[in-house]
Amino acid sequence: MTLEDNKQWAIETEELDIYYGDFRAVKHVSLQIEPQKITAIIGPSGCGKSTVIRAFNRMNDFIPGAHATGKVLFRGQNIYDPKIDPVQVRQKIGMVFQKPNPFPKSIYDNIAWGAKINDYNGNLNDLVEESLQKAALWGEVKDQLQKSALSLSGGQQQRLCIARALAVKPDIILMDEPCSALDPIATLKIEDLMRELSKNYTIIIVTHNMQQAGRASDYTAYFTMDADRAGMMVEYGVTSQVFTNPRNKSTEDYISGRFG
Amino acid sequence: MIIKSTSPFDLSRKKNRWSEKLIKLFLTFAGIVSIFTTIAIVYELGKESLLFFSLPEVNLVDFLTTTTWQPSIGKFGVLPLVTSTLITSFFAMLVAIPLGLGAAIFLSEYASERTRKVIKPILEILAGIPTVVYGYFALTFMTPILRSIFGENKVEIYNMLSAGLVMGIMILPLISSMSEDALHAVPRSLRDAAFGLGATRLETSIQIVLPAALSGIIAAVILGISRAVGETMIVAIAAGSGPNFTFNPFKAAETMTGYIARISGGDLAYDTADYNSIFAIGLLLFLITLLLNMISRKISRKYREVYE
Repeated sequence: MTLEDNKQWAIETEELDIYYGDFRAVKHVSLQIEPQKITAIIGPSGCGKSTVIRAFNRMNDFIPGAHATGKVLFRGQNIYDPKIDPVQVRQKIGMVFQKPNPFPKSIYDNIAWGAKINDYNGNLNDLVEESLQKAALWGEVKDQLQKSALSLSGGQQQRLCIARALAVKPDIILMDEPCSALDPIATLKIEDLMRELSKNYTIIIVTHNMQQAGRASDYTAYFTMDADRAGMMVEYGVTSQVFTNPRNKSTEDYISGRFG
Repeated sequence: MIIKSTSPFDLSRKKNRWSEKLIKLFLTFAGIVSIFTTIAIVYELGKESLLFFSLPEVNLVDFLTTTTWQPSIGKFGVLPLVTSTLITSFFAMLVAIPLGLGAAIFLSEYASERTRKVIKPILEILAGIPTVVYGYFALTFMTPILRSIFGENKVEIYNMLSAGLVMGIMILPLISSMSEDALHAVPRSLRDAAFGLGATRLETSIQIVLPAALSGIIAAVILGISRAVGETMIVAIAAGSGPNFTFNPFKAAETMTGYIARISGGDLAYDTADYNSIFAIGLLLFLITLLLNMISRKISRKYREVYE
């Protein structure tokens, strides 16, 4: 791997294993994420991409039987340490999900809620505007902030979910296949937005769509599964290199569309 | 290549599907029976009530506004029966709403799937206990406890508080089970969204899941209130017989249902004022529950958050 040592990573895993009950879903993942870049995680179905991304903010805690060994280091602390409060982890590491999931509340309340529960004491109106601006949604909704978020289109809802995550002021934004429920135009808008956001935020995206990874990411991690169906990372590097000159045969086969 | 059809396929020839017709006939019949019964009950209540109100000693205004119910001396003020119904129902809901909702939130949001699978059926067994058992439970268990807490000179042997509290225990599983269904039906994606923003379990349950399930929860609460208002056995056994206009829950006072049960069970002659009065009270009871239903629909339409 070309990434140098002793660097301050945005987040990194060390020998991370994740289990669902007795089943090991992810094996020995050691992955360092560059700050303020977009890192894509790609790979065939069932290779543990989503499991890994959900480990970055301990969303796997909600899946009965899920547990992890190894380390996920964020700002020098292992977030799987028993002393760590997962609620605080999630305030710093936000998440955007596969299907847009706005709250059945107004557009305004969708943004403001996260800030309110996290004891935000600035001006909420400003925060809502700022977050919607950053998510490139302000122009479309500024006159209808009190309307239900569910009245928006799918693409708008997903940008609202991004704005909602931004309002909590995270360092890292995890995106678990954020465009899989969207049409191509909405998808491109999200990709442009990711590019813009990566100036200030670290973004990790899981995607099924290889073109998307190629277009939108700076780094790419390729996952596949071993004979026991445990997911593992087989290639990681600068996206252009992974796509044009993969070191691993399996990566090449996947990228060139021979399977997956 | 030309494909030749060997057998003509005639779409216009309709098959006679007898079982379809039979089932449809049966279902229509079932629907008509239930509608007809409702209409018949309302008709009967209305007709007999009309007889009651046309009696010379009865008039509607006195019926609804005076506070003495003594048919023997021609006093027909329904308020004592109404207030005791409301007071027992109030205490029932005081027990059933917080505990029922609490149990529902615990089961849906906090308990593991295994705990939920064990506890929910146990809770539902409570709903299967005959109300007459609850009645004696109130009289022989709850009342002595209340009397030892508040003093025997204050708490009468038959009292509204005891009946109300036990009625709450009876209604609790109904509210918790229905609310739990409503909470459980809220999609996981909403919880994920909340947790992903750094919300705690409590914040997620109360501020996201509960509002999304509100229409179901209100339906559960209203059904609970309707059961409390209509519950007969517990109040007949434990709340006392004999109308009594009082707001003191330690005192005995007969509810509307208790009165109806006592009169219809006794050997009163048809066409006496006492006998006819139970239909008027029944009608009033029906109108109260109808009103509650309408209010609840309004409330739930106003506050619910539709998630799909």
